[in-house]
Amino acid sequence: MKTLILKEIDELVYNSMGIIIFISFFIGGVVSIQTALNITNPLIPRNLIGFATRQSVILEFAPTFTSIIMAGKVGSYITSSIGTMRVTEQIDALEIMGVNSLNYLVFPKIIAMLLYPFVIAIAMYVGIFGGWTAGVFGGFSSSADFVEGLQLDFIPFHVTYSFIKAMVFALIIATIPSFHGYYMKGGALEVGKASTTSFVWTSVVIIIVNYVLTQLLLG
Amino acid sequence: MIEVNDIHKSFGDTHILKGVSTKFEKGKTNLIIGQSGSGKTVFLKCLLGLFSPEQGKIKYDGKDYSKLSASEQRNLRQEMGMVFQGSALFDSMTVEGNVMFPLTMFTKQSKSEMQDRVDFVLKRVNLVDAHHKYPSEISGGMQKRVAIARAIVMKPKYLFCDEPNSGLDPKTAILIDNLIHEITQEYDITTVINTHDMNSVMEIGEKIIFLKNGHKEWEGSNKEIFKTDNEAVTDFVYSSELFKKVRQMYIEERN
Ligand SMILES: Nc1ncnc2c1ncn2[C@@H]1O[C@H](COP(=O)(O)OP(=O)(O)O)[C@@H](O)[C@H]1O
Ligand SMILES: [Mg+2]
Repeated sequence: MKTLILKEIDELVYNSMGIIIFISFFIGGVVSIQTALNITNPLIPRNLIGFATRQSVILEFAPTFTSIIMAGKVGSYITSSIGTMRVTEQIDALEIMGVNSLNYLVFPKIIAMLLYPFVIAIAMYVGIFGGWTAGVFGGFSSSADFVEGLQLDFIPFHVTYSFIKAMVFALIIATIPSFHGYYMKGGALEVGKASTTSFVWTSVVIIIVNYVLTQLLLG
Repeated sequence: MIEVNDIHKSFGDTHILKGVSTKFEKGKTNLIIGQSGSGKTVFLKCLLGLFSPEQGKIKYDGKDYSKLSASEQRNLRQEMGMVFQGSALFDSMTVEGNVMFPLTMFTKQSKSEMQDRVDFVLKRVNLVDAHHKYPSEISGGMQKRVAIARAIVMKPKYLFCDEPNSGLDPKTAILIDNLIHEITQEYDITTVINTHDMNSVMEIGEKIIFLKNGHKEWEGSNKEIFKTDNEAVTDFVYSSELFKKVRQMYIEERN
């Protein structure tokens, strides 16, 4: 079981770091530039750029946007790997041996995804760093203004809120694709279809749960 | 011995098995034959406990599967080995990993005891230099051998094979058939094989059940099957031109 969990951590979490860092960095940068370009009134302080970057990255871009990407990357991997095991009778083989196949296949994935909030923490840092880089090197803001904005009216609960969301999304990303793979019928073509449907459902559920959690925790 | 008594199985409105009864004896290779879609796989999956029939009884050496508790059912399943149609090897594991898997899950043997057992069964199925290869790296015939090794590694009382030689060339197919037959006799296993291959019937058909549209149409041995007057059986047996010719010659010789 331990080796299974380590394998899933490698597959689901570690192998996703590259794309998450890449996306977070550039999204943070874009938020920073967009904010800068929209400040036309000279009365608005320049530290708004850092402030806006921090708020959008911590509240939405890191937890929610990243999770939608993960629903595509990790979710379709989960559905297709479990679905392939279903159509090639590997799941039947487990059952014959007396292995509880659902537990054997899904449980390690859920445990591995418990590390997901760390991924989101990294996404937050990188996103803000991307914003700072774009703001400072693009000539939109001074480093001091940006950092001042980052520290302005900081509410620690926003980070907690974000991690709560990350935890819930992690469970959604581990379970919904697993069930789509596990209960699928048919052949190789259906595995592809199941991956697509699973991505759609995972995203829809993330978006709705995001709305509900935001209402409950911040509303 | 496995006794099957009047089992029925439906999916939704389609009745697939319509009351099949028979007996499979120990140390014998029992064949289930019939056209594609006649319900062979469904029947085998009922025997394995993967499907539960709506009606009827299956007894394994006197134990009625449906009357066992969940944990007793799990214990009984560990006495079963299965070779799937497509081999169903775990493609994330090596050959050795596949064969060792049941041992690591269900026994408390030491690493070296397990390794010995794995080496022994892989040798028994004549696979000696594929231990560290992955299923995708070996041929279909070798995959079947690994599947057989995995099925017998726990020393099962019952062995089930779903079309063990589909997708293999005739020569390899006969080797696989004979391997299963030898193992059945050597370890005194109750073996049930699904097939539509007449070579298997001739080579290893000690007892043959002919399924047609979910009914048992005929039952007998490979000596009897070539003499029967049952039209459905002769239609199936002599479906190839080669066999038709052989039969013609046989009849001419007799007259
Ligand atoms: N899980 C299932 N759900 C619904 N129908 C099934 C299922 N498995 C098999 N069938 C149907 O049962 C019939 C017999 O199939 P099968 O036992 O696989 O035939 P074969 O003799 O070729 O092995 C087929 O018509 C098949 O479509
Ligand atoms: Mg079949």
